[in-house]
Amino acid sequence: MSSAAEIVFDRVTKRYPGRDEAAVDDLSLEIPAGAFCVLVGPSGGGKTTALKMVNRLIPFDSGEIRIDGRDIRTLPLTELRRGIGYVIQQVGLFPHMTVGDNVATVPRLLRWSKRRTSERVIELLELVGLEAADAKRYPSQLSGGQRQRVGLARALAADPPLLLMDEPFGALDPITRHRLQTELRRLHRDVGKTVIFVTHDIDEAIQMGDRIAILREGGVLAQYATPDALLADPVDDFVAQFIGGDRALRRLALRTLDELPLRPGESGPRVAPETTVRNAVSLLLELKADALTVADGDRVLGSFRLADASELL
Amino acid sequence: MDGNGPVIPNFGQGDACVTGDHTFCWGWVRDHWSDTLGPALWQHVELTAVAVGIGFAIAFPLALLAHRFRKLEQPLGAFSALLYTIPSIALFQLLVPFTGITWTTVEIALVAYTLVILFPNVVAGLRSAPPDVVEAAEGMGLTRLQVLLRIELPLALPAIVAGLRIAVVSTISIGTIAAFLLPKGLGYPIFVALGNPIPFKTEIYAAGGLAVGLALLCDAGLVVLRWALAPWTRLARA
Repeated sequence: MSSAAEIVFDRVTKRYPGRDEAAVDDLSLEIPAGAFCVLVGPSGGGKTTALKMVNRLIPFDSGEIRIDGRDIRTLPLTELRRGIGYVIQQVGLFPHMTVGDNVATVPRLLRWSKRRTSERVIELLELVGLEAADAKRYPSQLSGGQRQRVGLARALAADPPLLLMDEPFGALDPITRHRLQTELRRLHRDVGKTVIFVTHDIDEAIQMGDRIAILREGGVLAQYATPDALLADPVDDFVAQFIGGDRALRRLALRTLDELPLRPGESGPRVAPETTVRNAVSLLLELKADALTVADGDRVLGSFRLADASELL
Repeated sequence: MDGNGPVIPNFGQGDACVTGDHTFCWGWVRDHWSDTLGPALWQHVELTAVAVGIGFAIAFPLALLAHRFRKLEQPLGAFSALLYTIPSIALFQLLVPFTGITWTTVEIALVAYTLVILFPNVVAGLRSAPPDVVEAAEGMGLTRLQVLLRIELPLALPAIVAGLRIAVVSTISIGTIAAFLLPKGLGYPIFVALGNPIPFKTEIYAAGGLAVGLALLCDAGLVVLRWALAPWTRLARA
């Protein structure tokens, strides 16, 4: 397994001809290796442009983008791209190839052996929650969610240290989207790659990212912070408005009970340790209880009170 | 034409069916398969195969050029469309001063007609690759040539075969008019039959029927070809 890559945007600017406003304006951003970085903002914020500059689908005018310290413009184009997983909203599966051939695209470009390629295809299909038998099917035989799983498997095929995802779940129904969001988080923990993820949905950004870059119109970086810091401390009115209300509750949703210093002893109804603090607060109010007992099966870990939640804010 | 030879068919020498001018005489067809209908059918196949073959050999690289350099598409398309507007008999006559009353003249005219069908079809086929598919391919590090060979061309196959079907069927049909110029192809027996004082129905129906049958057979063959080459097009959507 290759390691993750560090990505640096260094004062990158892009203007489209015939437009006054820059698409990306003097963007500087450091994304540590292994981070899940979400670019979010209103349309016209240049988030997709910024993403596509990394694999040079869109050229930029000035500044520098470095992957692990190397200027991307010094690398041969195909070599750069074969080392970056790329997932887009419309998925872009090759309709004339089976799922297996789609996933095998980059390994074949890299001239992996047949055996290694086919083993990798099976491994990946299972990783993204499909079955080995699905390798023989064509994209038109799959549901939207299954197609995006294949898109993800294809992007991961040659084990790239960096994954670019452009609104990958934007076209899916809410249930499928939520399931894939959860699985992508798990996958990110397991495979440990750097991910740059574009969305216009701030809730998705907060749920998915461990770093969030908010871009405003004209491609200006408004704030770059962890979800918790963003909710706790929006840097200006634009960011505060973009994030929306209920910020305290949404911060509580980022934490689970097992991450807290619990009070010793058992008190009140039992809940599981992976309950979010937000849900715990909701339960306390709903049950009109003073405390909840956090228990992992039969093992009591401690108890939680409403006051403990406000300590976190 | 054929002023010195015997009139074909000779109403006086045929069997009762022929002399009685019945609608269709199987006996005549059987008797004249080897000297009239068979050779005419074979000539027609040759005429069509050469015209479509050369037409495709010209249209395909031109379409690749038009796909790569988009500015070329309009002039190339306009030129081939202009050719198509010339009535086929007129086009034969226009070519005679240059190429004479020859097989070449016929083929040049037929090739011109296949071009106007094949060129736009191949271009449209190459364009039919969805933009997200091409973007994904480029984003994964396929070169421009790999995108063409592995993505755009296979996806163009259904449109290319569709163009070939129209080209083949219309060439078989227009090819009968070649008999105006040369005593060849399935058009010739029809011409001869029409030249009788009383048009000989059996020969007209037999040659015409063979042309229709040939067109249907070629069309079906191309459908099977697409089915074999583009298996993804036969799937019902999930």
